[in-house]
Amino acid sequence: MEEIANLMQGFATVLEPFNIGVMIIGILLGVIIGVLPGLGGANGVAILLPLTFSMSPTSAIIMLSCIYWGALFGGAITSVLFNIPGEPWSVATTFDGHPMAQNGRAGEALTAAFTSSFVGALFAVVMITLVAPLVARFALQFGAAEKFGVYFLAFCSFVGLSKEPPAKTVVAMMIGFALAAVGLDQMTGQLRLTFGSTELLAGFDFLIAVIGLFGIGEILLTMEEGLQFKGKSATINPRVVLQTWMELPRYWATSIRSCIIGCWMGITPAGATPASFMSYGIAKRMSPRGKNFGKGEIEGVVAPETAAHAAGTSALLPMLSLGVPGSPTAAVLLGGLLIWGLQPGPLLFVEQKEFVWGLIASMYLGNIVGLLIVLTCVPLLAAMLRIPFPVIAPIILVLCAIGAYTVHNNPFDVVMMMVFGVLGYVLKKCDYPLAPLVLALVLGDKAEEAFRQALLGSQGSLTVFWSNGLVGSIMLLGLIALFWPIIQNGMARLRPRPAV
Amino acid sequence: MMSQTTRIAFGALAAVGVAGVLTPQPAQAQWQPSRPIEFIVPAGTGGGADQMARTIQGIVTKYNLTKTPMVVINKAGGAGGEGFLDVKASRNNPHKIIITLSNLFTTPLATGIPFNWKDLTPVAMLALDEFVLWVNAETPYKSVKDYVAAIKNAPPGQFKMGGTGSRQEDQIITVAIEKSTGVKFTYIPFRGGGEVAVQLVGNHVNSTVNNPIEAVAQWRGGKVRPLCVFDDAVLPYKETIVDNLSWASIPTCISQGLNLDYLMLRGIFMSPGATPEQVNYYVELFKKVRETPEWKKLMADGAFNQSFMVGDEYAKWVAKEEQRHRDLMKEAGFLAK
Repeated sequence: MEEIANLMQGFATVLEPFNIGVMIIGILLGVIIGVLPGLGGANGVAILLPLTFSMSPTSAIIMLSCIYWGALFGGAITSVLFNIPGEPWSVATTFDGHPMAQNGRAGEALTAAFTSSFVGALFAVVMITLVAPLVARFALQFGAAEKFGVYFLAFCSFVGLSKEPPAKTVVAMMIGFALAAVGLDQMTGQLRLTFGSTELLAGFDFLIAVIGLFGIGEILLTMEEGLQFKGKSATINPRVVLQTWMELPRYWATSIRSCIIGCWMGITPAGATPASFMSYGIAKRMSPRGKNFGKGEIEGVVAPETAAHAAGTSALLPMLSLGVPGSPTAAVLLGGLLIWGLQPGPLLFVEQKEFVWGLIASMYLGNIVGLLIVLTCVPLLAAMLRIPFPVIAPIILVLCAIGAYTVHNNPFDVVMMMVFGVLGYVLKKCDYPLAPLVLALVLGDKAEEAFRQALLGSQGSLTVFWSNGLVGSIMLLGLIALFWPIIQNGMARLRPRPAV
Repeated sequence: MMSQTTRIAFGALAAVGVAGVLTPQPAQAQWQPSRPIEFIVPAGTGGGADQMARTIQGIVTKYNLTKTPMVVINKAGGAGGEGFLDVKASRNNPHKIIITLSNLFTTPLATGIPFNWKDLTPVAMLALDEFVLWVNAETPYKSVKDYVAAIKNAPPGQFKMGGTGSRQEDQIITVAIEKSTGVKFTYIPFRGGGEVAVQLVGNHVNSTVNNPIEAVAQWRGGKVRPLCVFDDAVLPYKETIVDNLSWASIPTCISQGLNLDYLMLRGIFMSPGATPEQVNYYVELFKKVRETPEWKKLMADGAFNQSFMVGDEYAKWVAKEEQRHRDLMKEAGFLAK
């Protein structure tokens, strides 16, 4: 139980008044960063990194990791209220969170989102506390083939979910893949699909596409429908938090499943975005109320938020123990560690006990403080939907434009955002689902890279995807997820029918 | 805290503005920045160039070395092409500087984008980054000779070399090793140096040519083993890292029969059209940065080659290096058609 003793020491460090102050400031900044679309956690942490150079490494990492928690919490707010994902991993939250807000249940959706985030993070931190060294070894098993297996599983658990005809889903996904292929081909170092334009050199950034497709597309739709938010505006009810909490324990199975998916994705490291998509897809398959997903089902908010936060938290583990960041924000934190003179890697847990356990203790406390802060804001946030559309729409539009600009400090991106907005509007009017497009855009190039790396290593032989137990079982899981409806049908037929 | 910085920034801007109005400017006034300095990184967050840029930003902030804030901006798209084209398009904007790595040469050569280092104004070479040949510590290869012999005994392409990016420095070195020894690797590109190091620890690739700072944590953890360093002399850093070994105990590749040396530029350029006073301002700034303990620590941690050059000497070095990259990439068939 040496870990527990170390952890207690960590709590003692974190509970110093200065560190608690730093923690609260970090959470608040993080929530603001998460709310602003485009200004993601990675950018936010990078901008604020120099401020921490004068602090002790432990205080500095507490502040930065709290910004990270805050951003994870904050990403859900605009997804639910305005259908604009503040962070990539909140895209899946919009699927059910926004319909809930449209039905006047914004307070419930936000409470569910924040609470699930907290549960996911707590699960991940407990895992880090107890099995850190073991988990680090597991992450080493993941080569290119295994990584492709994970992406394959993410795609498979998501295919065939939408109510739209499968052909339209495939078309949307293919548009996503095509967009993901634009820019530099990482495997050959050459440009493709840029047509000689230097503006397209960097490809289509996922964040800009999402801000346009969802945010601007939504505003265009609302304009057409007569300048009003659909549904009734939420009544301000301070008890909404408690009421939602009474309901949440019913979804324990979804929560546990999402926690496990999240931790796995965070460690491997595939990141929070595939985790949230995969968890949403699987929850829809497994839940008895699965066919209501997309219409405002609270379980559809619980699943992606739990997984995203579990992944976001466990992504710090490979960074600390292996020096490989599990997410872009973890990459910036990694840079910070080096600047403070700490060497992430196998020996960090041995040589820098105070720092590591201070950080882990701050994960516990930071998430509790974060939850308290965001939950008190729920009624206030829900009340934002009462602002008339003609007032709020220009504000959203300006925030979207600023967000798109901050991603790369490039004015061209604002134009791209508007183009994606129109595309999102047209696709929605023609009943093409946006989710497969977004999924393909965010994971397409990574999946392609892993696929080609694996094939390079195996000298072109596809058997590499079944070459060991780990990758074989991931691929098998993917195939099962893909053909699940057919399997379900078959099982139903095999079962003897009760005699009438 | 953010608003505080902004306030300081505006305060500084206002002060400079007022000073500009009230005090008559002497004819040969030393140039000073009047707006925040944009420090472009043509690579992603968390990589070697990014770490160096952010360390410099931290040093500049901590010691108040500039009147206006310095802001680091990553423009990594198109293997850094996005960043280079951005600075190229900022003619006569003295508030924009860029840190370079070997993609200063390799990106335009491999992709054919309309950019050459002569489009920018050279400021200073800050340091040179070393490359080391690493293998997994569980493998029996103790020297370059062991390793090359093992590759030669296996079918061609059996041994996998992991590296950062495609048609960039790691792959150029790999091809040069193949040319020098007659072995054949399968080169597998990854996104970042840290990922490459972990692929080696997980035995998914057989060797890497990671920079010291990318692999040092795994070396200290006893997971990887250095075979040789691609410099013409052994490294000067004698501080013990693991088992009585230091950077100085790694032999040069040349002494091991691998006739190749390669160093990567970590240098500063600024936007085109800069005046000598403006260049001089940044040269003096980086001289001050190099004197700080934080910078010295970064150099020791990453076992950097601490060459410093400015002016003509620097421009000549860059021109020579560009020709060398053109030759190496031509031989390897990496030039854009």
